[in-house]
Amino acid sequence: MKPARAGWLFAAPALLAIAVFFVVPVAAALLMSATDFDIYGLASLRNVRFIGLENYLQLLQRPLFWRALFNTLFFVVVGVPLSIAVSLGTALLLHSRLARFKGFFRTALFSPVVTTLAAVAVVWVFLLHTRYGLLNYALSWIGLHPIDWLGNPHWAMPAIVLLSVWKNFGYNMIILLAGLQAIPGHLYEAAQLDGAGSGAMFRHVTVPSLAPMLVMVSVLTMAGHFQLFAEPYVMTQGGPAERTVTVLYLMYEDGFKWWSLGSASSVAFVLFAFMLGFSLLQTRLTRGVAAA
Amino acid sequence: MSRAPSDTALWSRRSLLQAAAGLCAAACARREDDGVLRFWAMGREGEVAAQLLGAFQRENPGLRVRVEQLPWSAAHEKLLTAFAGDATPDIAQMGNTWLPELVALEALEPLDARIRGSGQVDLGDYHPGVLDTNLVDGGQYGVPWYVDTRVLFYRRDLLARAGYAEPPRDWDEWTRMLFAIKQQVGPERYALLLPLNEYEPMVALWLQQGEPLLRDGGRFGNFRSPGFARTLQFYLSMFQRRLAPGISHNEVANLWNEFARGYFSFYISGPWQMGEFRRRLPPALQSAWMTAPLPGPTGPGASIAGGSSLAIFRRSGRKAAAWKLLEFLSRPQVQRQFYGLTGDLPARRSAWADPALAQDPHARAFRDQLERVRPVPKVPEWERIATELRLVVEKVVRGELPAGAAAAELDERADRILEKRRWMLDRRAQR
Repeated sequence: MKPARAGWLFAAPALLAIAVFFVVPVAAALLMSATDFDIYGLASLRNVRFIGLENYLQLLQRPLFWRALFNTLFFVVVGVPLSIAVSLGTALLLHSRLARFKGFFRTALFSPVVTTLAAVAVVWVFLLHTRYGLLNYALSWIGLHPIDWLGNPHWAMPAIVLLSVWKNFGYNMIILLAGLQAIPGHLYEAAQLDGAGSGAMFRHVTVPSLAPMLVMVSVLTMAGHFQLFAEPYVMTQGGPAERTVTVLYLMYEDGFKWWSLGSASSVAFVLFAFMLGFSLLQTRLTRGVAAA
Repeated sequence: MSRAPSDTALWSRRSLLQAAAGLCAAACARREDDGVLRFWAMGREGEVAAQLLGAFQRENPGLRVRVEQLPWSAAHEKLLTAFAGDATPDIAQMGNTWLPELVALEALEPLDARIRGSGQVDLGDYHPGVLDTNLVDGGQYGVPWYVDTRVLFYRRDLLARAGYAEPPRDWDEWTRMLFAIKQQVGPERYALLLPLNEYEPMVALWLQQGEPLLRDGGRFGNFRSPGFARTLQFYLSMFQRRLAPGISHNEVANLWNEFARGYFSFYISGPWQMGEFRRRLPPALQSAWMTAPLPGPTGPGASIAGGSSLAIFRRSGRKAAAWKLLEFLSRPQVQRQFYGLTGDLPARRSAWADPALAQDPHARAFRDQLERVRPVPKVPEWERIATELRLVVEKVVRGELPAGAAAAELDERADRILEKRRWMLDRRAQR
């Protein structure tokens, strides 16, 4: 048997699984996005009409789609840098020679990542409560008026960003902490001998050494942020005034709440196109950084 | 583990065989008949259904029933996926408003002939409004199991302090009471809670107008009707006059605490809330809350006909047995027992003679209201349209859409949602 054929044979079970569980469903979804498959279609395929690109055209005319896209982009543009900054900050604090009880703090700061979102949401609803919330209580100390976090259309998404940053920063923190620990100590010693202060050391030693890791973390975080769904699902159900409806949430409602599987499939492909575009852009932008 | 190698081999061969048998069982589920009647029930009803069935098993020794319990949150989806996967049960409990959808799927068996020939299911003993929810396209597809509707829950003490001994009978009186309460409680508290993420109160008030909520046999929205205009104006005035806060359930956080604190005095909700209020309100307040039928535009008004029904699936191979179970669960005696176990209000009016129910002061409003309930439109798209109603009204309350534009916007959204239904109806008419 030729080595190539043997290779294919060994790979065949995995390829078959991928074909059955991935390629076929994706192809079916693509086909479905060109139909008006819905609850009536479930009854009989005779009730399904082939409508070509109509789902996509309808989607572009739907104000809610643009609202959802805006909400998602807001979450990505604000949430990703904030989340990485908090992760990097806490990783630096944990890495500092001055820090005590490192093991305890590492576990404590990581714990939100492994707690259940549904349970966390209940606590956060009270933290963010307009009249009894701890957050507004803290704001009142510095003389600020209470904010209706989950009820005010302007504040609901920032509240979701806060929750998401708190819930997820621990994961990136651990990765970045590992990165920090891998930076050889002699680099800092050399910089110190050259007379660099702590700011200069951070800029010229820490950041360049961490760059490959920061790129990876930002790509993964962005991909995750585009798929925002669970936080609004448990906290606000898309409200107030549709300000926390995200693209994935829209797809869920279309597909699994209303069974408009045709139009939900088209939402999925549009989201896919956006994520692909952003990831390509990001790799192009960061190619220079990673190489440097 | 010290299992001998040969043993392991045997084991794996046996588990392989089992797996193959399992696959076949899944694939041949329809043809294989184990003689067991499959009954799907949801949530709390699913938990107690088995307790009800003891007497049924004794009466029908040859018949075995398996109660399969579904959580309410997944029940609707399970019914649809079971239909798609050809795995529907013989008989199931389902929300009244789901029936039109399952009828559209041709998943349910019409029960008219069986009801006519039955000595036990007497349709005259049911609330007509609730019964109507089971009548889809001229066929009776379900028999109500338990009923629910929306009534007023209110603070008797706060209403009395505002100078009123009795609950309101019509909208004008209600408005006067709300104003009086609001004056007592001040700017930080309110008289009424109408959560922005709930459409049921608004739909109930619209049903009171006595006009269809969809027109032309469910082909188009009927939002540009005088009745809807009156309802919307009344509903919005509650927010404009600051009688109700413009908030949703998320911001209330704990409904019962807020009710106890007097953050609001009136709330529109269903029978499940009676048990919650008893459990969650402090003992000092237990005599201070009461229920009342919904006030209407000019005297006692209608409300939504809700509840759960029992329906038999078309693909069932044991329809006669399923009907027997349905008849058993519909007996007034069993209905009373069911009420005792769950607190669900019985669908049979004769079962309301049960002393526990007849003497319950909080259930009285429901008994009265159930004589004046109306079904929501019986089309599969209704819940989606009602959700659009909620979203548009929320926008108006938040000042993002002028009130004058709401009706046209709603009609446009409803008509778009109903496009497929119109196409289906037209095609059926041509055939």
